Amino acid sequence: MSYISLSDKDKKDMLKRIGLSSLKELFLTIPEDIKLKEDLNIPDAKTESELISYFESLNAKNKGTDLLSFLGGGAYPHIIPTLVDYLSSRGEFISPYTPYQAEVSQGTLQIIFEFQTLICQLTGMDIANASLYEGASGAAEAVLMAHRLKRKPKVLLAGSVHPQYIEVINTYTKNLGIRVEGVRYSDDGSVDIDELDEKMDDQTSAVIAQSPNFFGVIEDLERISGIAHKKDGLSVVVISEPVSLGILEAPGSLGADIVTGEAQSFGIPLSYGGPYLGFMACNEEFIRQFPGRISGETVDVEGQRGYVLTLSTREQHIRRERATSNICTNQALCALRATVFLETLGKEGIRELAFQNIQKANYALEECGKIDGVQKKFLGAVFNEFVLEFDKPADVVNRSLLEKGIIGGLDLGLFFPKFKNCALFCVTETHTKDKIDLLVKGMEEAMQGR
Amino acid sequence: MIREPLIFEISDKGKKAYRLPELDIPVNGDILEGIRTRTEVEGFPQVAEIEVVRHFTRLSRANFCIDVCFYPLGSCTMKYNPKVNEKIASFSGFSQVHPFVPPEFVQGNLEIIKKAEDYLCEITGMDAITLQPSAGAQGELVGMMLIRACLEDRGDPRKIVLIPDSAHGTNPSSAHLCGYSVQEIKSNAEGTVDIEDLARTMSDDVAALMVTNPNTLGVFETDIQKICEIVHSKGGLVYMDGANMNALVGECRPGDMGVDVMHLNLHKTFSTPHGGGGPGAGPVGIKKILEPYLPVPIIEREADVLVLDFDRPKSIGRVRSFYGNFLVIVKALAYILSLGASGLREVSEIAVLNSNYIRKSLEADYYLKYKTPTLHECVFSDKYQKEYGIQNIDIAKRLIDYGVHPPTMSFPLIVAGALMIEPTETESKRDLDLFIDAMKKIAREAREDPELLKQAPHSSYVRRLNETQAARDPILRWRPEEKDLTEKK
Repeated sequence: MSYISLSDKDKKDMLKRIGLSSLKELFLTIPEDIKLKEDLNIPDAKTESELISYFESLNAKNKGTDLLSFLGGGAYPHIIPTLVDYLSSRGEFISPYTPYQAEVSQGTLQIIFEFQTLICQLTGMDIANASLYEGASGAAEAVLMAHRLKRKPKVLLAGSVHPQYIEVINTYTKNLGIRVEGVRYSDDGSVDIDELDEKMDDQTSAVIAQSPNFFGVIEDLERISGIAHKKDGLSVVVISEPVSLGILEAPGSLGADIVTGEAQSFGIPLSYGGPYLGFMACNEEFIRQFPGRISGETVDVEGQRGYVLTLSTREQHIRRERATSNICTNQALCALRATVFLETLGKEGIRELAFQNIQKANYALEECGKIDGVQKKFLGAVFNEFVLEFDKPADVVNRSLLEKGIIGGLDLGLFFPKFKNCALFCVTETHTKDKIDLLVKGMEEAMQGR
Repeated sequence: MIREPLIFEISDKGKKAYRLPELDIPVNGDILEGIRTRTEVEGFPQVAEIEVVRHFTRLSRANFCIDVCFYPLGSCTMKYNPKVNEKIASFSGFSQVHPFVPPEFVQGNLEIIKKAEDYLCEITGMDAITLQPSAGAQGELVGMMLIRACLEDRGDPRKIVLIPDSAHGTNPSSAHLCGYSVQEIKSNAEGTVDIEDLARTMSDDVAALMVTNPNTLGVFETDIQKICEIVHSKGGLVYMDGANMNALVGECRPGDMGVDVMHLNLHKTFSTPHGGGGPGAGPVGIKKILEPYLPVPIIEREADVLVLDFDRPKSIGRVRSFYGNFLVIVKALAYILSLGASGLREVSEIAVLNSNYIRKSLEADYYLKYKTPTLHECVFSDKYQKEYGIQNIDIAKRLIDYGVHPPTMSFPLIVAGALMIEPTETESKRDLDLFIDAMKKIAREAREDPELLKQAPHSSYVRRLNETQAARDPILRWRPEEKDLTEKK
């Protein structure tokens, strides 16, 4: 295929105007010794139908894409209303770029403004940005922000935060001299409050905790925030499953100073891991250190309301090495999907969605817990994920489940060797009672060695 | 045009768009004992389905976009976004699959990532590549982290990164995020890196030079091999910002220039949609010396099976969750395969032809600070128009009335009042001529009727917006008690 729009005559006329006789003469500033003498070693061009066939054959190498899955762990299966794909596939949303020229980007800018508002409403915070890349790097940006604000050398990071997020926080902080100290989780699956209290001191910029945490357990954010504030630290709350905010109290009402996380649950398909949607929100007083693009309201010369990217002096294109972050391109189209999702679900829908998630997951947990050889690993209340401990390795159980057409929970032995008999199961509104019962039946048989 | 309110302003109790099926299991009232819950999400909208459809459809019509008009944003490479690639990315095995599904079940997806890696290495002349970074800026940060890990491993950590004064803002910002301090290198009269200044400034404490090639003026750094030599001779590494790769595909390769590490922007050179500001992807290509430090996981072939390798003791670690912006990678691979080798070469040939055609056509009307030959983009300035009190922003806003998206204005810093124009290879001569014609008319308007430019745009969804007010009195979200700003006047 070719997307060139010039005719042979066009090329001739254009070369003539420039005063050249061949395309080669346009590249004289490239030294001869590095000019390619042959075409790249890339297969011949495919036509549209050949391209589609080719990817269909690659798709066919993916097996079991229609298996019943109970995987979660930072990426969640949810319904996506038809309107999300339909509206977000408009060329007017897909093909523009960053809304630097506000007058011709009011669609994008107003939608970002609505997205920011929705995130603020869900998290109970004052301000939100236009998006970050995804949950893990967002958590790292939050840690960096807290450090810029408080300038203390260390942060306390709950061990119950998603392991991938912990890794990324470490990657980002190690070059900046920020010390990350872990706080273990207790037997009920939530962060050890006593250890947190002990470790909190006036050398700590922030406490970072996730709720629901990696094990699906709901943390006591109010107590955690209290501990952080006692010694003038910030409370950073990470959320990988924001559907929970439809029913759980907003972190902003529980003392959070910065809330960050992953909004893939809001209308972004699982996509084998990306692109997803990082979000961040904070209290007004921290605005100058807040990273990311922000859409703000203003008026035009006729007094008409409009929106512009604002407070750009925080950002790289103005502040360069003193910017709050280097982020430029973010996840705008994913934020648009999330906005359609949230506005389509609406106030009652988001609550109903959260309600169904917590009810179904707890039903599944209850029923699985009745099986011989299976027990609930952690005592803490869970939202839509839970950890089961088996009397044999989780991968053995999962292999048996696979034979029955079921992808079981995430084998936690992949993250923590001591948890190799444990798996993290996710149950959402997408799992009907029949599907949950299939899991329970399959698990029963698996435990009996069938 | 209908002025579309905020969704919150048309929201009302009792309106509902989406309905979930009834809960099919018995309700357990005890689950949330002792847990802090909320009764509702205050202020959340309640609208009907048709209201959602009209809301977003109307708002979409307030956007300029490539599908409608010429979008010559310099350094952004606003080329046509192929629709077939969108269709391919929606295949269920690509879009509906959970990232924790065992690798044996997603061999197709792992093969896509591996193939994309191989072809991008071929295109760039680098030895290996990571497709994990979510955008160019994150690619720059990863590149800097790789350099830092390598030098620390050598026992030779250094503190400084050199960056030309013409660089994009993400360059110094990324270096800083990696813990480096930034020193500026001057550009010479041709707009390229001043070799003498570089030789003078290069020292044993410089970890790297970040260079953009072609640079932000669209000029190829002809001395790039000498530049790399100077940096290498003192033990430093060369990072190339590959945002302008559109000028080079199929013509030459950064790997052959002496570059040690570079990033690409899949949403620029490789046609994946810009989406109003992402998602993109910023793959980082490297020479062998940096391979041990690549972020985890790496995709390896073991026997006949592709696996995820996390056992990389010298890796800089994870830089994001999961494996990268996978669907963006799918689209970029589709693009590469649809063009083939000859198509990729044609991209740079025509990108450079189109840009030089514009440059030649406008050089009498607008000031070109640097006379050096340019490739895929050129940077004019508002110098001639300043005589009439007109700035680049007025020219930009007036272009809107002609149905064209304005060029880039915020950099390079070395050109005051810059207008950075990059047409890309997908524009037709007709659209290029329309743009040239509009620019010539605006140049005349600047002389004859400057007020017309100062008051522009006249025909857009909103007139010129007050950015100063937005920063001075920030309103960053809707609140129920917020009155329409217009009432304040």
